[in-house]
Amino acid sequence: MARFAMVIDTKKCVGCMDCVVACKAENKVPEGFNRDWITTEARGKFPTVQMEIRTERCNHCGNPPCVHCCPTGASHVHDLGGVVLVYHDLCIGCKACLASCPYDARFIHPEGYADKCTFCIHRVEKGQDPACVSVCPTHCMYFGDLEDVHSMVSRLLAERKWYAIAPEAGTDPQLFYLV
Amino acid sequence: MDSVSRRKFLKIGGASVVLSAATQSALGRVEELAKTKSSKGLEKIPTFCDICFWKCGAIAYVEDGKLWKVEGNPLDPLSRGRLCPRGTGGIGAHYDPDRLKYPLMRKSVRGEERWNQVTWDEALTFIADKMKKIKNDYGPEAMALFSHGIGGNFIKHLFKAYGSANIGAPSFAQCRGPRDVGFNLTFGEDVASPERTDIKNAQCLVLIGSHLGENMHNTQVQEFSDALANGVSLIVVDPRVSVAAGKAKYYLPIKPGADMALLLAWMQVLVTERLYNKPYVEKYGFGFDNFAAEILPYSPEWAYPETGIEPEVIRATAREMARYQPATLIHPGRHVTWYGDDAQRSRAIALLNALMGNWGVKGGFYYPVSMDVPSYPYPEYPHSDKPKVDNPDNKFPFAHEVNTNGIRKATISGEPYPVKGWFVYATNLIHALPDEQETIRAIQNLDLLVVIDVIPAEIAGWADVVLPEAVYLERHDDLNVEWFREPFISLRQPVVEAPHDQKPNWWIAKKLADKLDLGHYFPWKDIEEYLEHRLNAAGLSYGQLKKEGIIRGEKQPIYFAEGVPDVFPTPSGKIEFYSLQLAEAGFDPVPKYTQPAPPPAGFFRLLYGRAPVHSFSRTQSNRVLMDMIGENEVWINQDIANRYGLKSGDFIRLKNQDGVISNRIKVKATERIRTDCVYMIHGFGHNSRMLKFAYQKGASDAQLITRYKTDPLMGGTAMNVNFVTFELEA
Repeated sequence: MARFAMVIDTKKCVGCMDCVVACKAENKVPEGFNRDWITTEARGKFPTVQMEIRTERCNHCGNPPCVHCCPTGASHVHDLGGVVLVYHDLCIGCKACLASCPYDARFIHPEGYADKCTFCIHRVEKGQDPACVSVCPTHCMYFGDLEDVHSMVSRLLAERKWYAIAPEAGTDPQLFYLV
Repeated sequence: MDSVSRRKFLKIGGASVVLSAATQSALGRVEELAKTKSSKGLEKIPTFCDICFWKCGAIAYVEDGKLWKVEGNPLDPLSRGRLCPRGTGGIGAHYDPDRLKYPLMRKSVRGEERWNQVTWDEALTFIADKMKKIKNDYGPEAMALFSHGIGGNFIKHLFKAYGSANIGAPSFAQCRGPRDVGFNLTFGEDVASPERTDIKNAQCLVLIGSHLGENMHNTQVQEFSDALANGVSLIVVDPRVSVAAGKAKYYLPIKPGADMALLLAWMQVLVTERLYNKPYVEKYGFGFDNFAAEILPYSPEWAYPETGIEPEVIRATAREMARYQPATLIHPGRHVTWYGDDAQRSRAIALLNALMGNWGVKGGFYYPVSMDVPSYPYPEYPHSDKPKVDNPDNKFPFAHEVNTNGIRKATISGEPYPVKGWFVYATNLIHALPDEQETIRAIQNLDLLVVIDVIPAEIAGWADVVLPEAVYLERHDDLNVEWFREPFISLRQPVVEAPHDQKPNWWIAKKLADKLDLGHYFPWKDIEEYLEHRLNAAGLSYGQLKKEGIIRGEKQPIYFAEGVPDVFPTPSGKIEFYSLQLAEAGFDPVPKYTQPAPPPAGFFRLLYGRAPVHSFSRTQSNRVLMDMIGENEVWINQDIANRYGLKSGDFIRLKNQDGVISNRIKVKATERIRTDCVYMIHGFGHNSRMLKFAYQKGASDAQLITRYKTDPLMGGTAMNVNFVTFELEA
């Protein structure tokens, strides 16, 4: 079994939003919506400011509340890599998943269904990286299988300091940030 | 699916909820397969980008004839297979509902934006008749062209054939000109574009106001990231905690306008502590002793009150630079028209680099190479007895390109001779030149103003005739013969058709040439015949270029150590630490510091910069990019914001020292900027009513830049000399 994850090097990310644009183009995300986004944090007092810039999206949680709370089975865990997906035609747009997500990663698509990052599973199944990873001009994003100890994502997590966002929510997030 | 049918589906689909996950997944796969099947008409067509002027190689994906996405061309040395966000968002230029669609002719007074839609033949006949009359009455030099980017090549050719060499772009006098002059005076060569900076091999990188990562020139940012991954020692000098500053080992929060003082103090430390690259300077330097004597007074203690940077920090950073020499790169920047001492400040940066001994050396500045592709064998251009109009009496002796503001001045004064017609190609002069009222005064003196562009920017609103150009994804352009780390050529070719009556610029130039009886300067049938001719003359295959988008040449030496001849085309043949040509022209042979005027009480210096998702004022109608940043904000130091009772998200207006009031703009109260300046992204605040979506979103820094200082060496316009205060009732 594969366990897909994304590792993001905050030391390299410049917050250019290329990941957001590439996702939008690849997945035809409608105007006014995005499946991923940039967070910039600045702590401290000028001029001693600590900054961190990172790209965020669905964490494809190992314990996904959005799947547990879905009344129709639209939100589900894909059989490859633990990717959390939504069957558009089963979704009734009830927004339970939007409320349950600690990452605010979902939105209601103008066509009525809950939408979010798919880890570009349609690309991954063809052996390609997700669009955001493949476009990143700083090469700050890595996608791979945590079950494979030799994968880049496994090695980076073994070698570098990292954190995940809101682990206390208990959802077992699969996005990891190198610091 | 509307909500009713969705509910119906749920009723029926109740059963599907109990289907096994495996079945559901299989259903999903079938859907996927169906998608793949319907996309069998997927074409991948290589071209190169035009959202900025970096010219990254791209591959467009066209699905059943409709543009889907654009990716980097892996063959391209500039993009290395990855476009920047603007390039990735280039699809938005094709789909832009506000783009120019048909030729337009003004039907009321200039600037009212009231138009008649006309045919191309009507528009071009009108233009040709006017141009013939101007040539007859005043001579061909009375027509001037403003042109930015490779797209303008055929219009430039037409102008030269017509008999005018008054061709300029804001990229010189409003942008990188001072830098190239400063480096020319020192090394005999300029920095060019793409910059010849060897960022990826630098071990110490110094950025002075250069905000890589926000300024998104693709290769520069990619190499910046490479350098960070390699553990580069990064020193950032900026009044604002830029993205790059957030990654720096040393961040120097300099007082705006004091960069020259810091540069002089750094050089003083390097010389007095004898930390500079002595063998290199001895071998290649000219006038070093005179230079050393001149900079002696500029101690870190002297620089402290000017810059606000503590002497020990100045010493520590100078020593840090020395530690990694020659692989220490002090980046020369790109948009450097700041304070009026810009060419001299750039020369100081050049000298600091020279002290590192990094010119022609890995981790410093490499020697760009290109492929040998002969230009098209056109007939000779007519000779003009008149000098170019922009620089009478050679007032700015080191200007090696035409100054746009010089053309503007001549258009108003009629001196040294009248300018009666402007062609403006792909540059929004209203936002690019300082003091828009001066630009408008010049326009009111014209007999003809033609604008060729893809969007109706403010300058189009002032035109007599507006010609809609096909966007880069819909047209051929001239061949790109790039100067870079390795030689290559790239092709821009249409991937989709222009949706309305837009035309490529080569077609416009050729048709207009016919009407001006200059058809013999365009002897080719169409641009493909032209391109094929050039490729054949170079012994290259046009077929291969069409298929792959890029043809790469053999690697060539780019460093002295690889065999590049170590010659410097300066008057002395050496790196000029002391410049006799500057002294002879009456300027400082070694740069000196001039204290900038401080902000008046209650005012803040207006600084501006770039966003990674926008190019100048060209992209604010691109819906994809506007979904990323849809308006600009004014950065105000948190303490100042508190003092004015402002918080992030509040709307205010900015009023400058001359009483000019901006559009509404959102406040960003932040610890990331000094208390004596404010900052905004350039390019927003459009007032062209034809730009329906972008109209009045955010504020325009350009509108507030009513004052500028002129660089005495080359005539560039320094624009960081304006001050603003806050109008709280927005």
